[in-house]
Amino acid sequence: MDLNYSPEEQAFQLEVREFLNSKYPKEVQEKVAKGIALKKDDYVRWQKTLNDKGWVAPGWPVEYGGTGWTPMQKYIFEEECGAANCLRLVAFGLVMLGPVLLEFGNEEQKQKYLPDILKSDIWWAQGYSEPNAGSDLASLQTKAEKQGDYYIINGSKTWATHGHYADKMFALVRTSQEDRKQKGISFLLLDMNDPGVTVDPIVTVDGMHVVNQVFLDNVKVPVENLVGKEGEGWTIAKYLLQHERTNIAQVPRSKAQVKRVKAIASQEMYNDKPLIEDVQFRLKIAEVEVELMALEMTSRRVLSKLSAGEPPGSASSLLKVKGTEVQQAITALLMEAVGYYGFPYVKETMTDGWQGDPIGHEEAVMLAPHYFDWRKTSIYGGSNEIQKNIMAKAVLGL
Amino acid sequence: MNLEFSEEMVMLEDSLNKFIENEYDFETRQKLSRKGIGYSEGHWQNFADMGLLGVPFDEQYGGFGFGQIGLIVVMEAIGKGLVLEPYLASVILAGQLIQKAGDEAQKETLLPALIGGDLKMAFAYVERQARYNLSDIEFKAEQVEGQYRLTGHKSVVFNAETADKIIVSARTAGEALSNEGVSLFIVDKNVAGLASRDYETVDGLRASELTFDGVMVGADALIGTLGDALPVIERVIDSATAAISAEAVGVVTQLRGKTVEYLKTRRQFGKAISVFQVLQHRAVDMFMAEEQLRSLSYLAAIRAGENDDNERVKSVSAAKVYLGDCRSVVAEQAAQLHGGIGVTDELDVAHYVKRLTMLNTLFGDRDYHLQRFSTAA
Repeated sequence: MDLNYSPEEQAFQLEVREFLNSKYPKEVQEKVAKGIALKKDDYVRWQKTLNDKGWVAPGWPVEYGGTGWTPMQKYIFEEECGAANCLRLVAFGLVMLGPVLLEFGNEEQKQKYLPDILKSDIWWAQGYSEPNAGSDLASLQTKAEKQGDYYIINGSKTWATHGHYADKMFALVRTSQEDRKQKGISFLLLDMNDPGVTVDPIVTVDGMHVVNQVFLDNVKVPVENLVGKEGEGWTIAKYLLQHERTNIAQVPRSKAQVKRVKAIASQEMYNDKPLIEDVQFRLKIAEVEVELMALEMTSRRVLSKLSAGEPPGSASSLLKVKGTEVQQAITALLMEAVGYYGFPYVKETMTDGWQGDPIGHEEAVMLAPHYFDWRKTSIYGGSNEIQKNIMAKAVLGL
Repeated sequence: MNLEFSEEMVMLEDSLNKFIENEYDFETRQKLSRKGIGYSEGHWQNFADMGLLGVPFDEQYGGFGFGQIGLIVVMEAIGKGLVLEPYLASVILAGQLIQKAGDEAQKETLLPALIGGDLKMAFAYVERQARYNLSDIEFKAEQVEGQYRLTGHKSVVFNAETADKIIVSARTAGEALSNEGVSLFIVDKNVAGLASRDYETVDGLRASELTFDGVMVGADALIGTLGDALPVIERVIDSATAAISAEAVGVVTQLRGKTVEYLKTRRQFGKAISVFQVLQHRAVDMFMAEEQLRSLSYLAAIRAGENDDNERVKSVSAAKVYLGDCRSVVAEQAAQLHGGIGVTDELDVAHYVKRLTMLNTLFGDRDYHLQRFSTAA
C-alpha cells in the first residue's frame, strides 16, 4: 500500500495546478468560493477554455475529444479542480448525454451533437423526473406516440436544472404500455424551441431559480431523434445514472468548504476569542473532518480497484450517501459559524457585482440559503433512501 | 400538580386558532411577508382587540396577567400560522423589559399603549463580537451633563423598522464581558443620530441594523438601575427563549402533520409511500420529538415565571437544546420526506423548515445552550 502519487502522476498534478492557476478566471473562482450565483457565461467561458486545452471531457474516448487519462489522472484532475474552487461544468451534455450517445447513439447522432456539447454551444436539459415519477422513475407517464416519421410527445418533466438556459432536452418517454413498466420506455431528444414546449420556473427554498418544470404539449419530434432502440430507454437511463455517479462523493469540494468554515470561524469572535478557538465548535469541525477523511480513503480504494480494472459496483451508492451527508453537515457548520448573521436575506448582495456593505461577515448572507438549498443533495440523483435500498439489495443480498 | 391550561387560556387558544385558520392561510402570509412592512397592521389591531398583546402583563396596566404560561398558548399558535406580526419583539422582549425593569411612570405610559396596539417597540441587543453572549457589550452610553450619549451598532434587531421606540442595551461601566455596568435605554425610533438599515430575514420576517452615532437621550430614558441591567436582560431573554420553544412546538406540530399527510398521499412503486417502514419510523421520530419538546417548553415556561435563577437557566436551556435537535429530526426530515417539493419556495413546508432552523439560532444555538446547561449548578 502506498498513498503517494508516482512521479508521473505528480508531474501531471503540477501541470493541472499550473494550468488552473494561469487559466481559471479569478473572479469566477471568488464567486464559487463565496457561493455567489454564477451566470451562464461563466460556465460557457470556462468550458471553452478547458475545451481548447482538450481537457473538457475526461470520460470520453480520445477520438471524440476525450483525454485518454487513467482513472488516477481523472481523480487528480478532480482533486485539483475542487481545491481551486473550479465551477462544476454543467453535467447534462458532458457527463450524461455524451456518454449515452457514445454508447447507444448512431454515428450520425454522435457527429451531430457531440462537438457542440464539448464547446458548450448547445445546452442540454434533463427530462427524467415527473411530478408523479420521482424515486419510482420507471412509472413515468410522458407519452410519445409514433405518427409516420414523427413522435408526438405529451406530458411534463420536472426538476429540469438550467432548463431555462437549455437549447435541447433528452427525455425518457413512454412509447408503449408493457406489463413491466421499465419495458415501454424510450430515450428521445427534443428541441426546447419546438412548438408545445413550455418552461415554468420553480423557485427553490433559497429564493433562487435554477430548476424548472417543462410541459410538453403535442411536441413533434422526428424519429431520427430516438437514441438506441425503441423500448431501450430504461437500459440507457441506468447507464446514464452510472455516469452521473463519477466523482459523486465530492471530496475535493467538501475539503475546500471545510477550509471555508475554518476561515470564517477564525474571523468571527466569541467570548473575546476567535470562534475557531471555541472547543465545542472545533469538535464539530473535527467530527466532519473525520467523516470526510474516511470518505476520501474510501474514494481512493474505489479508485484503486478501478485502476486495477475492477468495476465500481455499488460503491457509488455509499459514496453518494456519505458524500451528501458530509456536504450537508458542512453547510450547517457554515451557517452556525455566523450566528445571528444567518438571518439577513438580502438577495441583491448574493448576486454578482454587488458593491455595497455586507451585513456581518461578508459571506454570511449566503450561508443559511445554502444550507436550505443543500437539502436537495440527499434527494436528487436517486434519494439517499433509494441508495440504501440499492445497497441492501445489491451488496447485502437482503 | 396540574399541567392543564386554565379555562380562560383555553378560550384564548380557541379564538386565536380560529383567527389563524380563517385569516392566516399560507398564501396570504407569503404575500404579507414580501411586501411593505412585512406584516398586517390590521392583524396587529385584531391582536390588540383580542387582548393578545396584554397576555403576559399585570392587570393593573390593562394586561391579562397570564404570565409565561399564557405565552405558551400564544406562541404555539404563532408557530402554527408562521405569524409575521412583531409579537416577540414588541410584547415579549420590549414589553417585558418595561414590566420587569421600568419604573412606575414608564410602565404606566408604555404598557397600556403597547397593550392597546398604539405603541410598538423593539429590543436591540445583538452585537457581532458577542455572538450569543449577552454580557459582551461594546455599545456605549456616556453621561454628559445629566444626559446620556449612545454610540455603537446593534445587529439583527427584529421589527425595528416599524417600532416607535427602541430599547437598547449599553455599557455604562466596566469592560466588555463584565456582568456589571450594563444599562438599558429607551429611545424614539426617529431620534437624531439613529440610522437604520432594514431587511428581510431568511425566514420571512423583518430586522434591521441600527447605528447610533452619538444619540442624546435624557436621564428618563434609563430603564431600571444604572449598571445593573444584565440580570433582567437575562430573565427577559430566557422568557423569550421559553416562548420561542412554544413557537417551535407549533412549527413542529405542523411539520409532523404535513409530513404524515404527504406520506399517505404520495404514491410511488404502486403504493402510498407511508407503507415503507423506514419512512414510518422517521415520522414517529418526529412525533416523539414533538411531544418531548412540548414537555420541555411547558417546563421552561413554568420555571421562567419563578424566581429560582438556576432552575430557570437549566430548563430554558434544556428546551432550547431540544429545539436544536428538532432541526435535524424534524426540519431536515420533513424536507427529505417531501422529496423535491420539500425544497421549493411554493410549498409551505419549506417555510416551516426555515423558521424552525432559524429558531435554533435565535437567543443562542444548541451548542450555546448545551454549554449553558452544563455550567448551571
